[in-house]
Amino acid sequence: MVLKRRIRLFKAGLWILGFTPLAWVFHRFFIGDGLGVNPVAEAQLWGGLTSLTFLLAALSITPLRRLTGWNDLQKVRRLVGLFAFFYVTLHFTIWIGVDQFFAWSYILEDIAERPYIMVGFAAFVLLIPVAMTSTKGWIRRLGKRWVTLHRLVYVSSLLGIIHFFWITKADDRWPIVALMVWVVLMSVRSAWWLKSRSQPARAQGMKKGLSGTPGRA
Amino acid sequence: MLIRKRRPGEGDIPSSEITPYELYLDRRRFLAQSATLAGVAVLAPSVLGATEAQEDERTPYEDITHYNNYYEFGTGKEDPAKYSGDFVPRPWAVTVEGECSNPGTFALDDFLKGHEIVEPVYRMRCVEAWSMVIPWRGVRLRDVIMRAQPTGKAEFVEMTTVLRPAQMPGQRRRILPWPYVEGLRLDEAMNELTVLATGIYGKDLLNQNGAPLRLVTPWKYGFKGVKSIVKMRFTSDMPENTWQMMASNEYGFYANVNPEVDHPRWSQARERRIGEFRRRPTMMFNGYGEQVAHMYRGMDLTKWY
Repeated sequence: MVLKRRIRLFKAGLWILGFTPLAWVFHRFFIGDGLGVNPVAEAQLWGGLTSLTFLLAALSITPLRRLTGWNDLQKVRRLVGLFAFFYVTLHFTIWIGVDQFFAWSYILEDIAERPYIMVGFAAFVLLIPVAMTSTKGWIRRLGKRWVTLHRLVYVSSLLGIIHFFWITKADDRWPIVALMVWVVLMSVRSAWWLKSRSQPARAQGMKKGLSGTPGRA
Repeated sequence: MLIRKRRPGEGDIPSSEITPYELYLDRRRFLAQSATLAGVAVLAPSVLGATEAQEDERTPYEDITHYNNYYEFGTGKEDPAKYSGDFVPRPWAVTVEGECSNPGTFALDDFLKGHEIVEPVYRMRCVEAWSMVIPWRGVRLRDVIMRAQPTGKAEFVEMTTVLRPAQMPGQRRRILPWPYVEGLRLDEAMNELTVLATGIYGKDLLNQNGAPLRLVTPWKYGFKGVKSIVKMRFTSDMPENTWQMMASNEYGFYANVNPEVDHPRWSQARERRIGEFRRRPTMMFNGYGEQVAHMYRGMDLTKWY
């Protein structure tokens, strides 16, 4: 019971944390500086950065859990991932509805012809099936395929980082930070994967031990 | 050298194109309404698409001074306003050198003395697809050039920003190869529109806008407007400008505003005027074709971007 309450508190904290960027942007827009001189560009940047941050946070949960042995982390991974999806959806909606103001011909042209938009759009689209299948029912229905499907997050996050690089003019500091985080998270996974292949018996044992937690990759 | 006399007010945005204040307020209301109508627009975009506003109204001083690309003070749009406080724009000297008969280093006041002061209102189109309307104050570059007396060999003029890492925090990181360099073909530099600006809205330039002296070429993308100029060099070879050094496939020497030639990464067909909600179409040569198009006749502008 105590354990459950701790997780519930932990989750509640995450809900608050998850909506903090949204509260902050609303505060800036309505009470603060109105998002500065170019609010549309500012809102887009905010949506993109926030979603990428949550996406990388979601990707770091499994490695963190394995390194620290803090198993409760796994229980909030879905929530973190869904917040990433929530913010990337906002990012996309702002682009369509505010920046482009539903100028469909320009939107389609941009998706087809601008590599950075194409890549960003792909990153968003890849996350749609992942978000949709995040419910318990889908986890059960898809079984092992669920894990494979949810590895789309690896690709989507990389595409998001490429999108970030391509829209940056000269100062690559933050895209580089994002890429380094991604590389570290993926290296850790690769190292574990290689290790599990060289020690099949142990890996088998581990899999069994974690069978209650789908998609541990 | 044959130089066409400038007619009064030429090159400025005609006052007929500047929106009266009441209309401006009205349009604000319209913008607010169109924002709430966004949902309707999804169903019928053509209805609202037809009402695109095309007037030029002056961008507020506050916006002109707090949304800048001046990487010497940081790459964020508000960094130049935040981090240019240590910069000392006076006293200032400009060195004139290269293919000219009257080279030397001149105190800024001497450099400008005797030249007619002009106050043109120009559209400014950034290569990043946003734009402003700025009331400048300055002198015509051609007056400055006439005094320097370029020789027959001079075909280009190169201008350089001051190098002061101690006062310009952005220069302490090698984001760009410092110091910033820009150049113009001599006929572009002599064009009636080309201005060396010393002020905005009748006030001296603030540090974040390129104090104390900067270039303004309104038919070109904003990055041509080299700031805090300390050197002018006349040369027979086309100078390589900073952004061209950074990415020659993305930024050329000419950098003329051209809605037909996209940046490799984004479209240049439309722009967001600061203060407006909707994007508006970008004009060829930023709307200054009458004054500048003749200089590029016969040139392939997809090649010479």
